[in-house]
Amino acid sequence: MSLAAVVPVPMSTLGDAIVWLNDPLNYEGKTGVPYLTYEHLYISGFAVFFAALVALPLALVLGHLGRGGGFTVVVSNVSRAIPTLALLTIFASTAIGFGNRATIIALALFAIPALLTNAYVGVREVDPDVVEAARGMGMSGSAVLLRVELPLAVPLIAAGFRTASVQVVATATLAALVGGGGLGRIITDGFGQQDRPQILAGGFLVALLALAFSFGPVGHADRYLPAGQPEPADTP
Amino acid sequence: MLAAGEAANPWFSWEYVQDNRGDLEQALVDHVLLTVETVLVAMLIAFPLAVLSYRYRWLAGPVLGVTGVLYTIPSLALFAFIAPMDAFGLTRRTVLFGLVIYALLVLVRNTLTGLQGVPPDVREAAAGMGYGRTRMLWQVEVPVALPSIMAGVRVATVSTVALVTVGVVVGYGGLGGLILRGFQNNTYKAEIMTASLLTVALGLAFDVLLAGATRLMTPWARRRS
Repeated sequence: MSLAAVVPVPMSTLGDAIVWLNDPLNYEGKTGVPYLTYEHLYISGFAVFFAALVALPLALVLGHLGRGGGFTVVVSNVSRAIPTLALLTIFASTAIGFGNRATIIALALFAIPALLTNAYVGVREVDPDVVEAARGMGMSGSAVLLRVELPLAVPLIAAGFRTASVQVVATATLAALVGGGGLGRIITDGFGQQDRPQILAGGFLVALLALAFSFGPVGHADRYLPAGQPEPADTP
Repeated sequence: MLAAGEAANPWFSWEYVQDNRGDLEQALVDHVLLTVETVLVAMLIAFPLAVLSYRYRWLAGPVLGVTGVLYTIPSLALFAFIAPMDAFGLTRRTVLFGLVIYALLVLVRNTLTGLQGVPPDVREAAAGMGYGRTRMLWQVEVPVALPSIMAGVRVATVSTVALVTVGVVVGYGGLGGLILRGFQNNTYKAEIMTASLLTVALGLAFDVLLAGATRLMTPWARRRS
């Protein structure tokens, strides 16, 4: 395998990586850092969006009916065992073809458990007295769901979005291994060309983006929500 | 629908499994060994870190903070940091080192949570019976924390099984090697699917095995429920 060939070791890899990061040529065109960052973010954004489209209605209805608790636990446990690389490769090998569309679908599937579990727990943990009171006031089932349970579940739904976004942005890197785009390209091309400085520079950029997502405004989105929310369900 | 002259390329093929038994077994063994070594080494590091963070409270913040930041770095980027180092390069060590770093957070967090969850009266009773620090740790605190510690080991093991596949980027990905080989080999679907399913099955098998081990190690928890 070409990736596994032995790379000779230049002594100044770190210095060369800094040179790579400062080379204007690496910021131009469709293989440049800005375009790859943009590609990385739009792949991640669409993936989380499509995942939410599936997971949120399902979680809200299941949570409202009080069913499927076991189902959501099984989904999140089994999903941990599925390697994202396998998911990405399988979708890249279908008729969809490799590229960003296959990546978005694979990552969306990957993002569903975090969104599903959090939203489900959010609805389930709404104070039963509050739901009882709403019913007593003559609210229909759907009104209870949309006007009582949903608003009260918002902090946990937001936590699910946060977890899913952080995970997807980190994992989107792997798409480059199977012909997808995004910042992972810099690393995989570096391994392919046995270019250590580029590998290191790519690692730095990807780590920076992931850390920015986890500890930046997206990672702390719940700070802007009303206080007193329950702890988010953890799905590492 | 097959185009004229195009060879059949099914997702599931028993013939593939029979023809490639050797490769599959080799990849599976590599995968299992990498996983077991990772979790063992990670536990050897995580356990003392957790005990220290438990005894010296001020350590808990920094330890969880650092392992948390390391956990946030995407796997491919982590390998990209380790591989260019002279001592590592494109070796199995690189994969092992990266995977150990990943497993740390879950193991430290769960061990610490377990130790912190030991009821104070249990500790006082043991102290009253003359248990010293070390005996208290091994005979009282660790057994009580065991369900939480083992839950961490389960999550770390299952996640490691999935993550080993990314090691393919430095040439040591266990079943991930077959997944990518299948992809590069004109998308050999049977190879991709077989290796993927084996990886998932391996993760679930480890999970069930560890769940069983936890039950055996904590007979008192069974009686209570």
